[in-house]
Amino acid sequence: MDDIVAAFRETLLSVDGIGAEKLALQNVDPKHPFSFVERVMVPVLEEIGVGWERGTYSLAHVYMSSRICERIADTILPPADAGTRGGPKTAIAVLNDHHLLGKKIVYSALRAGGFEVLDYGQCSVEEVLAGCERDDLEVLLISVLLYPSALETARVVEGLADSGRGTRVVVGGAPFRLDPDLYKRVGADDVGYSAFDALRIMRDIEGGGRS
Amino acid sequence: MTARDAMTSLERVLTTLGHSEPDRVPFFLLNNLHGAKEMGLEPREYFRDPDLVARGQLGLREKYRDDCLYSFFYAAIEMYPWGGEVNYSPDGPPTAAEPVIHRRNIPSLEVPDVESNPDLRRVLDATESMKKGIGDEAPIIGVVMSPFSLPVMQMGFAEYLSLIYEYPEEFWSLMRVNREFCVRWANAQLKAGATAICYFDPVSSPTIIPEELYGKTGLAIGKSTLGRIEGPTATHLASGIALPIMPRLPETGTAAVGVGDSEDLRSLKASSLGRISLLGNLNGIKMVNWDHRQAEEAVVEAIDAAAAGGGFILSDNHGELPLQVPEDAMMAISEAVHEHGRYGIAPGEGKDG
Repeated sequence: MDDIVAAFRETLLSVDGIGAEKLALQNVDPKHPFSFVERVMVPVLEEIGVGWERGTYSLAHVYMSSRICERIADTILPPADAGTRGGPKTAIAVLNDHHLLGKKIVYSALRAGGFEVLDYGQCSVEEVLAGCERDDLEVLLISVLLYPSALETARVVEGLADSGRGTRVVVGGAPFRLDPDLYKRVGADDVGYSAFDALRIMRDIEGGGRS
Repeated sequence: MTARDAMTSLERVLTTLGHSEPDRVPFFLLNNLHGAKEMGLEPREYFRDPDLVARGQLGLREKYRDDCLYSFFYAAIEMYPWGGEVNYSPDGPPTAAEPVIHRRNIPSLEVPDVESNPDLRRVLDATESMKKGIGDEAPIIGVVMSPFSLPVMQMGFAEYLSLIYEYPEEFWSLMRVNREFCVRWANAQLKAGATAICYFDPVSSPTIIPEELYGKTGLAIGKSTLGRIEGPTATHLASGIALPIMPRLPETGTAAVGVGDSEDLRSLKASSLGRISLLGNLNGIKMVNWDHRQAEEAVVEAIDAAAAGGGFILSDNHGELPLQVPEDAMMAISEAVHEHGRYGIAPGEGKDG
């Protein structure tokens, strides 16, 4: 298995989508396709995500790897499989600005990890709150790039509190990385510094852990 | 120039860029948005009138005694000539609206005219007014987005990364058009009175693309672009890491690099020593909540790490201070630089004044 993980990592870092898919198809067990996702794809994506935080890998590695893995997950997992994971009802949104890359990376990584996530795209505070109400969300992931947008997440948290909804709010993006205490000041439940933090946080929530 | 300052701001900056020690550490408060706040205006109103922007920058420099005027309006202004729109916010920089360039229309793109564009014209008019107001006392820093980083706004980040990896022909076609635009835009600002151009190139940082890809893309594009800009340039990586590419950055001909606070400033100094100056690296987000003591400590720490021998301009990590950075924090930074930034003293001694 270590050889497969190493080879898969190499195809992702080379942005070799065809090679990665071929390797996946050669090694996936048709009866248990999720095993490949859990034992190969997710660990490699996590390693690349941690490498980005440490400066070893780039955001381009993270994005292109996530995208390749999302495509592979779509190929090897039957549509029903994603839903059978039974994860919390979750949506992801970009608050106010048009910088969608972070959201796309998190979305791809979570889907590659078997989580179904509603994609709200770029939203205002009011649109996000309406979505939470409509979809009865358990988890809301918010991605921002700009500092004013980060401050706006406080309004989302307040709106959810006013509605009595117990939706957990997880934030991510550059302002939260630059000031690690900012997520607390805006009242979020947790912060992710990479897509793979998001994956870890989702697993924690799914397992009834922290947050 | 005060009694304690033996140099003008321009002399101070040029001396440090020449890797010599001026009278004190020069510092840039890149507070392009704060002129609006001073005047009680929203950014939308403020940036509509070049005269207001010029007066805003001149007033901010007088207040905080920093060493430049910043003729930068906001990054998204470069979207107008390409047919893009801008979203205004009362509490932050205007941002680019929907992407306007898609892979399929790249082959038909033409270089937009700079001088006749009314939005870019406002920047040029403000620059001219600043030059009239400041003369040769302080440098005016103009800004361009690099041809390699502009597509983040033109296309959207995700689509652009796909273009880089999967559509090399269209990628290089876009780079040719963007390079021509960037050179014309930079030279128009220099002609209007800018002293130097800050070349914003965050995509070249290894935070965004792999180092090996930088050599084939951002570096090559930087060389062919900066060589045609008719004035000095500084490259800003807008909080991205710089250390892995520091040995190669001077190949572009850039005089300085804007660095963030995620890397050790002493290591950056050692890596750049005598070859390229550093601009940075105070954390603009944390600055929002700094009290006087925290600001002073951050300034002293940066000066101790990077000021020896010149080649250092104290500034923020990103090239644009958030509008939420309060007056007290900027004033504390200014006081700390004037108090502890004098040369001719051993590092650390400045703490006692």
